[in-house]
Amino acid sequence: MAKKILLENDHIEGIRYYDTYRKNGGYRAAEKAFKMSPADIVEEVKKSGLRGRGGAGFPTGMKWSFLAKPEGVPRHLVCNADESEPGTFKDRYLMEFHPHLFIEGLLISSFALGSNATYVYIRGEYAWIPDILEQAIAEAKNNGWLGKNILGSGFDCEIYVHRGAGAYICGEETALIESLEGKRGNPRMKPPFPAIQGVWMRPTVVNNVETLAAVVPIINLGGDEYAKIGVGKSTGTKLLSVCGNVNKPGVYEIDMTCTVEEFIYSDEYCGGIPKGRKLKACIPGGSSVPILPANLLLKTAKGEARYMNYESLSDGGFATGSMMGSGGFIVLDDAQCVVRHTMTLARFYNHESCGQCSPCREGTGWMYKILKNLEYGKGKMSDIDLLWDIQRRIEGNTICPLGDAAAWPVAAAIRHFRDEFEWHVNNPEESQTRNFGLAHYADPIHVPASA
Amino acid sequence: MAIKFSEQKLLEVQALISHYPEGKEKSALIPLLHLAQDEFGGWLDAPVMDYVAELLNILPIEVYEVATFYSMFNTKPVGKYLLEVCRTGPCMLNGSDEMIEYIKEKLGISEGETTPDGLFTLKPAECLGACGYAPMMQLGKTYREHLTKEKVDQLIAELRGK
Repeated sequence: MAKKILLENDHIEGIRYYDTYRKNGGYRAAEKAFKMSPADIVEEVKKSGLRGRGGAGFPTGMKWSFLAKPEGVPRHLVCNADESEPGTFKDRYLMEFHPHLFIEGLLISSFALGSNATYVYIRGEYAWIPDILEQAIAEAKNNGWLGKNILGSGFDCEIYVHRGAGAYICGEETALIESLEGKRGNPRMKPPFPAIQGVWMRPTVVNNVETLAAVVPIINLGGDEYAKIGVGKSTGTKLLSVCGNVNKPGVYEIDMTCTVEEFIYSDEYCGGIPKGRKLKACIPGGSSVPILPANLLLKTAKGEARYMNYESLSDGGFATGSMMGSGGFIVLDDAQCVVRHTMTLARFYNHESCGQCSPCREGTGWMYKILKNLEYGKGKMSDIDLLWDIQRRIEGNTICPLGDAAAWPVAAAIRHFRDEFEWHVNNPEESQTRNFGLAHYADPIHVPASA
Repeated sequence: MAIKFSEQKLLEVQALISHYPEGKEKSALIPLLHLAQDEFGGWLDAPVMDYVAELLNILPIEVYEVATFYSMFNTKPVGKYLLEVCRTGPCMLNGSDEMIEYIKEKLGISEGETTPDGLFTLKPAECLGACGYAPMMQLGKTYREHLTKEKVDQLIAELRGK
């Protein structure tokens, strides 16, 4: 049984409410933190090795230490709860069922960073969650955890919940900041980075929900102890949201030591593939990261078992690996069509492109159009190379990473499933009535013997 | 219909504006547009947007450019019940295409259309963050998850009866 530190109280009825949360050890980390100096808290987070849980995996402690602290200028912590990456719904789970854990993390982090007004930017579609959060904020405030002079420390803090209105791009931190200012979500050019000039041109830290919740166990255990959980640079635990063709979709906490195979087939986690079908492919970290065929998912190109952690999932780079990303684990069985799946993702990125940079604005629409033709039996062989060419011209040529996020799934689908694309071109009629199936995508990989 | 919030709603407006620093009231724009859309018929007509601009002391164009950017804001009238069915990758793997076809057939409308009685609008949506509970749709403030044809039948009958 893997160690749980975020969802350890998941089974307790009423953990959503203050009294139950407090009775089960809640706000103990906050008590401890208010006896520490803000600099010491940042130090503990650095020691913990915590990496941003939103997708990029950037070390949180380092991000915090970049925050500028000019005299007389307010600083802000902004929580990114815009969770919109297809396949990802872990932050929703934390906010919906563990709001006080989240608020405690926000409070400690606000104290560490000196943010007197902290904002939670939540995606607009999660329309019922702000009510849950606001109730929890009111409970915390009534019990002296928010407001003026918290625990006699002289530190004031308010948390405000700010609803977005349906834009994937607002998960990018500078677009989120623009949106919080009441504007269109167009990402900003960097530098200046938000740590220097963020919301209202004030120094700002933007962190994901899960990242901030993880600050609670880090303070409770101490940074060094937290760093002992997990493996290598993948410290602590990670929440994964599982969807697609598995028996038990949902949110799981892992300590990053199990193999991908265990994760998919064990009853503790996904519980295998339904209806006796076979694993064909998987996107392990949210729709933007490369899709892998079953054989490369379960084993690296070196023939070693692949593990559920940052390093192992990216073993082999984009040629034969993928990424941990946001932890959105999407499983495809042998009845699924990779061309169609890639088409829906291309449509998604086309819909969500903010339109600021032409490679992304034009390229995403073009890719969707070509993929639609291929899917509906109207594609040409040259379309596959054209797709490859377009995605290469988007990647790295845009202000924000949405361009890369749109390019990678298409690139990986062609890289690993080119046969399936070609089959669509060569069999325009048959491809409308049946799918390509498992083909050779689960066959053992040939590993060249070392010299 | 005069476009004006009730006294009670205006208090809510003031409370929202107070969340942001002085001089940065424009930050309340998206929250105010949500309020306005709920209050004035489920969509944002130009006079509604002008009213919001007035409340925040900003130019109407600043409201229009935001309202047209975010997919949750409707700039055209919609039915009383907006059925937003997710169709991105993970939902597609679990049969969202079939669900959309079924709703189209059942209501006799295409994507983006409203039934003649003004009750239902069908709007295919991109990922709504309920991938593990697919297929799903958003209906007002709530999500309807693990959809089946039977559940869709039930839901539509229930809404018609209201």
